[in-house]
Amino acid sequence: MKLNVNGRDHDIEVEPEMPLLWVLRDKLSILGPKFGCGIAQCGACTVFLDGEPVRSCSVTVGEVSGAVTTIEGLMPDGRMHPVQQAWIDEQVAQCGYCQAGQIMTAVALLEAIPNPSDEEIDNAMSGNLCRCGTYPRIRAAIKRAASANAGA
Amino acid sequence: MGTLGKIARRTFLIGTGLVAGGLAVGYYYYRRPYPNPLEGELTDGEVTFNPYVKIAPDNSITLVAPRAEMGQGVSTTLAALVAEELDVRLDQVTVEHGPAGHAYANTTMLEEGVPFPHFDESTIAELMRSGMAVAGKFLGLQGTGGSTSIVDGYYRMRQAGAAAREVLKLAAAKRLGVEPGTLWTSDGVITDPASGKILTYGEVAAEAAALAPPSEIRLRDKADWKILGKPQKRIDMRAKVTGAPIFGIDVRLPEMLFATLRMNPYRGGPIVGLDAGAAEKMRGVVKVIRLETGIANGFAVIADNTWRAFQAADAVQAEWGKGAYPPDDAGIFDAFDQALRSGDASYGRDDGNVETAFADAPRERIVEAEYRVPYLAHATMEPMNATAQLKDGRLDIWAPNQMPTLIRQLAAKAVGIETENCFVHTTYLGGGFGRRSDVDYAIYAALVAKETEGRPVQVTWTREEDTQQDMYRPAAVGRFRARLGEDGLPVAIDMRIAAPSIIASILPRYFPSLSPIGPDKSITDGSANQPYTIANYRVGGVKAPVAIPVGFWRSVGNSFNGFFHEGFLDEIAVAGKLDPLDMRRKLMAAYPTAINVVDKVAAMSRWGETLPAGKAKGFAFTLSFGTWVAQVVQVADVGGRIRIEKVWCAADPGQVMDPAIFEAQMMSGIVYGLSSAIGEEITFADGAAQQSNFHDYGPMRMFQCPQIEVGLLETAHRMGGAGEPGTPPAIAALANAVHALTGKRIRSMPLSKEVEFV
Repeated sequence: MKLNVNGRDHDIEVEPEMPLLWVLRDKLSILGPKFGCGIAQCGACTVFLDGEPVRSCSVTVGEVSGAVTTIEGLMPDGRMHPVQQAWIDEQVAQCGYCQAGQIMTAVALLEAIPNPSDEEIDNAMSGNLCRCGTYPRIRAAIKRAASANAGA
Repeated sequence: MGTLGKIARRTFLIGTGLVAGGLAVGYYYYRRPYPNPLEGELTDGEVTFNPYVKIAPDNSITLVAPRAEMGQGVSTTLAALVAEELDVRLDQVTVEHGPAGHAYANTTMLEEGVPFPHFDESTIAELMRSGMAVAGKFLGLQGTGGSTSIVDGYYRMRQAGAAAREVLKLAAAKRLGVEPGTLWTSDGVITDPASGKILTYGEVAAEAAALAPPSEIRLRDKADWKILGKPQKRIDMRAKVTGAPIFGIDVRLPEMLFATLRMNPYRGGPIVGLDAGAAEKMRGVVKVIRLETGIANGFAVIADNTWRAFQAADAVQAEWGKGAYPPDDAGIFDAFDQALRSGDASYGRDDGNVETAFADAPRERIVEAEYRVPYLAHATMEPMNATAQLKDGRLDIWAPNQMPTLIRQLAAKAVGIETENCFVHTTYLGGGFGRRSDVDYAIYAALVAKETEGRPVQVTWTREEDTQQDMYRPAAVGRFRARLGEDGLPVAIDMRIAAPSIIASILPRYFPSLSPIGPDKSITDGSANQPYTIANYRVGGVKAPVAIPVGFWRSVGNSFNGFFHEGFLDEIAVAGKLDPLDMRRKLMAAYPTAINVVDKVAAMSRWGETLPAGKAKGFAFTLSFGTWVAQVVQVADVGGRIRIEKVWCAADPGQVMDPAIFEAQMMSGIVYGLSSAIGEEITFADGAAQQSNFHDYGPMRMFQCPQIEVGLLETAHRMGGAGEPGTPPAIAALANAVHALTGKRIRSMPLSKEVEFV
């Protein structure tokens, strides 16, 4: 089976029903996507499939035909993605475990809606749980990244 | 506190959190410093000055922050304590957790375990605190908990930085032939202003490490601080926004196997039957083993990846024996109610004479209420996990954990090796909240590693297992009465609270030979030790003998007592026709720090202003972990549902080492508390927990999260913590706001059983 992750092709030999998350983590050692719930409830495993955010714990590898992008693929030239930079500027992360998923969802949101309203932010981000309560700073970081977009 | 003298010292220690025997060692032993755990960890050319500082010839500087980084920013602020005195910038150092070591004992965690309110500075309270500090050092328990890390490190780690700086200056002075007092230090270099010569720390480190520091080192005046007291960029931020493999679950080792486990959902029950035949034939499965420990009984599946282990675990047929507790909530709460009615209480507070005060109280001056809270899960985002390798008599454990020395001791014992042959590597924690101060996950991983012939094995729990095998926040019930005076203020308050003892649950898990006796102050923490003056004021705690495992959950007893005490005070204010904030102010008049935070939050929230229809505010105050916190929560009626709009929080921990990180901790504590209040609950049916994952144990999501405004004060004269004190008042302030909005007094959690939230 072939899998393209962050622009690289991988040959893997696994059951097609194995969730993409576990292929990434245990087969390819791509560890940015995290295991949180296994049932698409928390968003810690969020990756892009052909640019669309999906919960990799609930997509089987057999269903994947397109390109997979993980948080490791957000900075192909080693430079921080503007959303990551906004996260640093707002000092968002606490334990950090959910943040790769939060950032992936936020990147997708800002690509779809470059200047989201509060309600649009809440709607887009509410599938991603954070137990440290970083939500207020996530909102601030998304707004910061959005205004950086607008300024660019 | 009259009963204190009657409590045997050993009993007292166990009852407040000490967990080891053999205390009869003298002061001399205590004074002897522990060896520097960094001695055995140096890379080529690197030298160490004390357990907190390593410097290499190329001037790469490593600081050790030996507390679990579980999101609270502790690695940044602890490193800042050392860096401030060492005279280095935070962006030029590497910060490590370092090895498990008694040198990193947390003495404050035990000191704060004494059954005295934070504001009690009587001789006996201080004597007990210093006695606990001695015991703490000598037990050498390296732990992260009780919001103690910064208080504990405040002197010690600054002294470590200063001692290293002084010997570096001594070595440079020798080299340059000048007096050390004439040299300047900054950013990791030493300057001789007379000659203009510059030496890096790395250039003189080897010579400096051989020198003894001067016996008297003056720490820098607060006014001269460059780093402390100012917001710093967190040292872990870059790793955390790039998805770096920093968590326990991200450990990858050559030849590593992957495993999962299933423990008996009837907590503590035995394995009756186990058929792993089908599972063992599944692809990638190495073997299925029984895990029968003093903590829980079940099995582990070892495979070549985690998912295959999960699949095979589902295929194992297990028959489980029942646990030794009532099988459902009705029976469990019956046991609580019985304990409340007839159990022996120990009184964390007993001022005046409550019985007399109520004996002649006119009926219409009495307020009575019964409160209840459920068991709660911690639900850290990173499920429990640990990685272990047992090879040639050496056990290595990589674990996101809050108790490395305890893991070293108990995991070594579990596999039958000496403690010194066990090495604990503490990773970043994907959340802790007290869950990872239990060490079950690490012991299980050690036992699994016994079965893998020297190969490392990572044991990852499913979310379902994490939820159902949690060491829960205790459920609790309370019965309260108050007598109001003519002015509406309470002249008597009598509170009686029943909850399982956390220590009584933990001790048998890890130290079955010790029997927990004596009071457990966590049952009344947050009710018995609040800075109110009431003529007749009694708070009793009763241990509820229910054997469901319980543990430390963010703010521990304060998490429910904050709700009990402040919810009940709100009821008293309503009955006495007093403004709830103003009533607190009157009752706390003897404690200026409390008044300061109350006034601050009143100003921030514009308490007392007329709100538009459909909006209301609630107030609560809790002093916990040494930090005085007052909060106001504003709620709004949105088409019959309640939206939590805004929280204002004023906190006074005496001194703030990093205002941005402290503020983040207050926000975090508030969200954690509100989350529990609006929708979290662990219930039991047929002997097992009914919740299993985030679909039925639902933490707060972003659309439910209010705006939060935090104001910090530094007027308290003793330093308090950051991680936990934000939680307790948030729960009560929300319940009080809901009452103000709806007229409904909700006395049990979660509130969503009686009102609907957005």
